[in-house]
Amino acid sequence: MAQFNLPANSVVRSGKKYPAPAPVPGHSVKRIVVYRYDPDQDENPRIDTYELDLDTCGPMVLDALIKIKDEIDSTLAFRRSCREGICGSCSMNINGANTLACIKAIKDIKGDLKIYPLPHMPVVKDLVVDLSQFYKQYSSIQPWMKTRTEPSSGRERLQSEEDRKKLDGLEECILCACCSTSCPSYWWNSDRYLGPAVLLQAYRWIADSRDEATDERLQELKDSFKLYRCHTIMNCTNTCPKGLNPAKAIAEIKKLVATRGS
Amino acid sequence: MGKAYKLVEHTFDVVVVGAGGAGLRATLGMTASGLSTACITKVFPTRSHTVAAQGGMSAALANMGEDDWRWHMYDTVKGSDWLGDQDAIEYMCREAIPAVVELEHFGVPFSRTEDGRIYQRPFGGMTTHYGEGIAQRTCAAADRTGHAILHTLYQQSLKHNAEFFIEYFAIDLLMDNDGTCKGVLAWDLASGELHVFRSHIVLLATGGYGRAYFSCTSAHTCTGDGNAMVLRAGLSLQDMEFVQFHPTGIYGSGCLITEGVRGEGGFLTNSDGERFMERYAPNAKDLASRDVVSRSMTIEINEGRGVGDQKDHIHLHLEHLGADLIHAKLPGIAESARIFAGVDVTREPIPVIPTVHYNMGGIPTNYQGEVVTLKGDNPDHVIPGLMAIGEAACVSVHGANRLGSNSLLDLIVFGRAAAMRAVELVRPGQGHGALRCDSVDKALDRFDRLRHSDGDTPTAKLRAEMQKTMQNHAAVFRTGELIGKGLIKLRELFSCLSNIKVTDRSMIWNTDLIEAIELTNLMPQAIVTAQSALNRTESRGAQARDDFPKRDDKNWLKHSLASIDESGNASILYRPVHMYTQTDAVEVIPPKARVY
Repeated sequence: MAQFNLPANSVVRSGKKYPAPAPVPGHSVKRIVVYRYDPDQDENPRIDTYELDLDTCGPMVLDALIKIKDEIDSTLAFRRSCREGICGSCSMNINGANTLACIKAIKDIKGDLKIYPLPHMPVVKDLVVDLSQFYKQYSSIQPWMKTRTEPSSGRERLQSEEDRKKLDGLEECILCACCSTSCPSYWWNSDRYLGPAVLLQAYRWIADSRDEATDERLQELKDSFKLYRCHTIMNCTNTCPKGLNPAKAIAEIKKLVATRGS
Repeated sequence: MGKAYKLVEHTFDVVVVGAGGAGLRATLGMTASGLSTACITKVFPTRSHTVAAQGGMSAALANMGEDDWRWHMYDTVKGSDWLGDQDAIEYMCREAIPAVVELEHFGVPFSRTEDGRIYQRPFGGMTTHYGEGIAQRTCAAADRTGHAILHTLYQQSLKHNAEFFIEYFAIDLLMDNDGTCKGVLAWDLASGELHVFRSHIVLLATGGYGRAYFSCTSAHTCTGDGNAMVLRAGLSLQDMEFVQFHPTGIYGSGCLITEGVRGEGGFLTNSDGERFMERYAPNAKDLASRDVVSRSMTIEINEGRGVGDQKDHIHLHLEHLGADLIHAKLPGIAESARIFAGVDVTREPIPVIPTVHYNMGGIPTNYQGEVVTLKGDNPDHVIPGLMAIGEAACVSVHGANRLGSNSLLDLIVFGRAAAMRAVELVRPGQGHGALRCDSVDKALDRFDRLRHSDGDTPTAKLRAEMQKTMQNHAAVFRTGELIGKGLIKLRELFSCLSNIKVTDRSMIWNTDLIEAIELTNLMPQAIVTAQSALNRTESRGAQARDDFPKRDDKNWLKHSLASIDESGNASILYRPVHMYTQTDAVEVIPPKARVY
């Protein structure tokens, strides 16, 4: 009979439990389940369970994590910065969906609150994942404006309001990686498939009327892995915490490659 | 080296600490000019707090009506309540125009006018003809201008192949025995290794310290690490008493609602539904300077005309602007108001309250970004090897109060200026001599002590007490008595730092230790802020002393320079305000009464 070895750290143990201090009458208590991994210990990841008094906690999932860190277990590691959904630091998997902890309301989650790192990414510690491959892919599409014609001296390039509108829904991306790490194609082929976030950014430059490298960009993307591993599963669009539509951007690129590419 | 830490060593021409707007603009300028440049940052560059700037960046482009950089300069001097250095303000306002055009050429997705130019909106304190009319000067990318600029600068840095050290936490400056800055010690969170960066210049672009307060628009990461490193090096910070309260932080969460809302026609009301700003600022009304609006709101609340059950906040209306304009120009704040206040801005007002937003004070520099200090009778003595830009710096272009949209401008103009200055100062590849100092050991010692600190006060508890003390004792209105009491409390808390409890001893992504280090960075800044506020017995810009309600130019038209010793005692010296211009294109603007 064939035997299979599970990848390292894929078995998650049950971990510590931190019951709520004596419950206050009338207060609601929520159980928060958090993935923990300590790279210094030679142990598999574990699931710790914390019970929080929600009446003394802020409204967002990030508030719950901060409360745990401040009052119960200061060793819990997670990224956070702006706490208003614009920096993209606190992307994680919350009850099965990738999103930003700072703008995800606790009350929108029925039952236990389950917090895991972004899926299928190397975990550095607890909820902190290694995004270096994601960033490398971002820089690989040369995400900067390429022009041949010189702008008129001392003045901005002109762009019509209509052309500027074409960047709406593209330039707002915060590189949180929620979409890419929700995509099964990206899970299997993240070494070669660029993934939805990076393709959205590639399209952001293709769509910019000021950029003059469209053909070069399309040529670069025309690749059975880089672009065509997208199988329109749509997880990206469903999960984007900023309400963007990477799947549509990818479809636009495919359309342009088909009509312009040679 | 007493402790067994393996050190990874690097040599660069320049090391930039911080990758917000200022740090990135400097990094790409230096890299493009051939200097070997390392940019060390504790967060991935696009997560720096510049990303949260909303309303825009000022520049007298005159795309939407007449404008002149001299008017911009006048407004900035007046906004600063005459504490700004006029040579630096002249430089910033003149250079604003090429700086914003350069950003457009880099690819910033600015909103556009009908004829395809950069869209500009009115902002507080921005006028035409030296206070006569309302200027449309603030260049905007909807209400996400900081995001647009920061991402574009990161993209340009990639284009120029800039060398980043991402999620490296800077521990301390390496100062030579003769007071020259020789580099910086940093901690790589991912590998857990400590790195010594040797360089001819360290450029601090580490931002503000909003997190010294309980309620602020600032990110969790805004802990003024560079300011604190400068204090630990025995140097002074300038004008730290001037802390800007943004009039419109969302009540409760403190998230920012841009002044651009009022620029687009939004207004504030009290519990009587009255547009009260008409009483306080008959001309500029809701577009008066931020210190003026924040004080007016606080008075309304203190006199019982606040809104809500507790009568403790104010309403910001934009319902009348219509869904189309909101969708086109203010989509981001519509989203924030929905998420953090449960408000549909097309139908209801946003509950807002003055919230700590910006530090006018910081590391004193000249207009080229070189750190200066008072030495003997030279108030402009340059500290060799050390530069500072952005919110961390005090050039000073904002004086006692910053005008909205002058911050993004400050980042870009002085980021660029610092890069140009570094090119003048450093020959690429110039050798590094031996490090004659014990500063590496000292920094390692401090790091190791904190890492193994096993006291009984958790970081979070001490931090919360410091933040509440600052909130209660150094807020919009102050008195000597109130600040004095706050200072006593802060000194007690300072002494508790040696008794801090760090639980996590690991080196990889030890955020327990990071937060402890950040607290040791915040605490001295809180003390010098309170001490400078107590010391300045006048009201000017953001410093409103109930016991000294008037501006006192005779005694206080000068910068405060605060330093702090190892026991937490601050002392204060002064530098004169630069009451001169760089060129004769414009004349010095003499102090006069500040009315909006």
